Amino acid sequence: MSSPDRPGAPAARRRTSRLLRGVRRETLVGWLFVLPALGFYAMFVLQPLVLSFQYSFYDWDGVGPATWVGIDNYLKVFADDELLGTIFNAFKLIVFFSFIPVSLGLVTASVIRRAATGGFGTVSRTVLFLPQIIPLVAAGIMWNWVLAKSGMVNQLLTAAGLGGVTRAWLGDFDWALPAVGMIGIWVLLGLTTLLLLTGMTKIDPALYEAARIDGASAWREFISITVPSVRNEIAVCLTVTVIAALAAFDVIYISTNGGPGLATMVPGLKIYILSFVARDVGTASALAMVLVVLVLIVISPIQRLIRESDS
Amino acid sequence: MAFMLTGRRAHPSLATLGLAAIIVTGCATPGAVATPSPAPTLAATPAPTTAPAESGTPAVSASPVAAGPNCGTDPVTLSAYVETISELVPKLSEEFTKQYPNVTWDIKLDTFANGSANLPRLLASDNAPDISRAAMLIDLAKDNLLKDMTPYEKAFGWDKWPQAQFEQVRINDQFKRGTGPIRAFGLNQSAVGVFYNKDLAAKIGMTEPPKTVEEFDALLAKAKAAGLQPIMQWNAATSGGGLAFPLQNLMASYGDHKAINDWVFLKSGATIDTPEFLQATQKLDEWIKKGYFPSDVNAIEYTDAAGRFGKGEGVFTFNGDWQNGGYDKDLPGKVGFFTFPQNVGMSAPLTFVVGEKSKHADCAAFFLNWAVTNDKARAINVAVGGSNPGGPADATIPAVSADSVMAQTLAAGAGVTANSGGMDFIANATSGIFFQSWTPELQKLVGGKTTPEQLLKDVQAFWTKDQ
Repeated sequence: MSSPDRPGAPAARRRTSRLLRGVRRETLVGWLFVLPALGFYAMFVLQPLVLSFQYSFYDWDGVGPATWVGIDNYLKVFADDELLGTIFNAFKLIVFFSFIPVSLGLVTASVIRRAATGGFGTVSRTVLFLPQIIPLVAAGIMWNWVLAKSGMVNQLLTAAGLGGVTRAWLGDFDWALPAVGMIGIWVLLGLTTLLLLTGMTKIDPALYEAARIDGASAWREFISITVPSVRNEIAVCLTVTVIAALAAFDVIYISTNGGPGLATMVPGLKIYILSFVARDVGTASALAMVLVVLVLIVISPIQRLIRESDS
Repeated sequence: MAFMLTGRRAHPSLATLGLAAIIVTGCATPGAVATPSPAPTLAATPAPTTAPAESGTPAVSASPVAAGPNCGTDPVTLSAYVETISELVPKLSEEFTKQYPNVTWDIKLDTFANGSANLPRLLASDNAPDISRAAMLIDLAKDNLLKDMTPYEKAFGWDKWPQAQFEQVRINDQFKRGTGPIRAFGLNQSAVGVFYNKDLAAKIGMTEPPKTVEEFDALLAKAKAAGLQPIMQWNAATSGGGLAFPLQNLMASYGDHKAINDWVFLKSGATIDTPEFLQATQKLDEWIKKGYFPSDVNAIEYTDAAGRFGKGEGVFTFNGDWQNGGYDKDLPGKVGFFTFPQNVGMSAPLTFVVGEKSKHADCAAFFLNWAVTNDKARAINVAVGGSNPGGPADATIPAVSADSVMAQTLAAGAGVTANSGGMDFIANATSGIFFQSWTPELQKLVGGKTTPEQLLKDVQAFWTKDQ
């Protein structure tokens, strides 16, 4: 790195060697193990993040010369109703991608823990987890058929005498977002159930026994023992699913592409369209940075929940 | 985690330095990283000579004017980046290699949407494909990614061909289409209009295609009354707003198709916010409200609409001749075609570009010229592409079966050409206008979330903003 004749080099080397002497051998070995992962992280996560931050101050089409525009792109994001609308849609998705899968997951995991033991438990866990294995693009195409005018959902509704409410769910202004949300629930319920179930297996059975001796109902057990015991797992589930909601892209890209109108347009998809269709990399990057900050703001209280339960 | 928190601060900072080094390497001004080197800029200046002065093309150096640009005799591998949906270039490439065995191919296929997204970066890279499918030319021209084809125009005599086929691929120094150097080449000239199911049309008493909006209106009303689906169309955002097709036909019926071209070519002062185009949009709105389109049109994708029409759902459908093969397969001999209004129609060249950084530009241009002038190539062009190959005025159109829909689209296309009634698609005005403006606005019109007046105002505002 430094040539020997460079002024100040010996001093620098002394500093470095003193530094290295102070380092315990196993610490260095530890860092060596981490280094490859850290390299990839820097290359594929941190560098794009820093570059996006940089691009957000330019007017750039992705290929030609870029012009510095200061904070104009950010002003555009906050002044444009359409761009702000995508952020509101993302928050609505939190209900479907996060709150419902986590609540349902708690109930499902609890039921599986109590009732579904042995083979049945394994089957139900597998079935619930299956959507996690199917590529989301394939899932999106499948749900397109299921939710179409002549799709399975409408066939079932018609069979149940509810023919009047059938519609092309993904093409309806009021129902497209909830319909996309349904796909989210289907994808994420398995994940939350499995995570919560893992947490529940750690609960000491003696607690339930004691509660039963005291005459507690199943509901009381659920509220007073199960839920508080899996607080950490709930926080993890919330973190993962809230990020999935705010950064949603693939399911929406395949099933509605943001339509009808802009009813399901979310920041993730808008960023893609802005950068690759409209070739407005600057505004896309500014929206991406706003999204990063939003995710951090929403996620940090949930993280606090983990820390509080740790202490 | 605990390991890291034991207070050995020196290492995180060393690591941070390392990370910073990796990150900072990418931190130059974005444009400076990606701007093409100055060399292409020089090369893009129209060469005064009749043939481009490319090295490595023996024929050119031997006799530039007489032989013209060609593929020489040395082994050449042409790279192509084209759409998965069309077999045209793969089939043409097979025939080309038969005739010119020194040329082999490296063809990469991608969907139209992915291709459009990737192409600018591919063309800017050092391994730019020689031939690519490109629909949006303006931005590519702005970034100097497209070969100026003026030398080939002279060398191959394109300037003596019917010029309508080049109008949409000429881009001037203001980056407006219609005039200026040729920047892309149409492998065929598509015809867009109205397909109809002959059996269903007979049921509603249609003996000849409608010539006026009133006649069309009457037929649609009869179809609705007969319990048929009057028009099958797609309008899902995943495919892009297919209602833009009937809208443009109505716009050309109420207004002047040349005004539409001016707007698509971004002529300054052009506008669609006019009383005539408002009438057209109001008529479309009326058709929507009367249930002439399927009620789930906002969720219907392109392939669904084509499939449902093929299964007999829909008397009419607005589409282009690229779907000929599918219709002939689903409803052999039972699909008709007309342009609406008569002899006016969207007719766009299926545009391919030669990259500014192409290593075999002469050979690529030679191939493109061959594809519309060689008889075997023209036959493939019609059989696979389904459209008129264009080319010189005296070139014959390969024979097709008389009862095929292709025979009708070719005849209709000829009528449009004779009438100079061709217009480019309103979705092609700017790169973002179709998916960011037309599609959501047309979906809103279906959902009753906007009015015809507002739709035209909003799209016009986007047109102004997106240039």
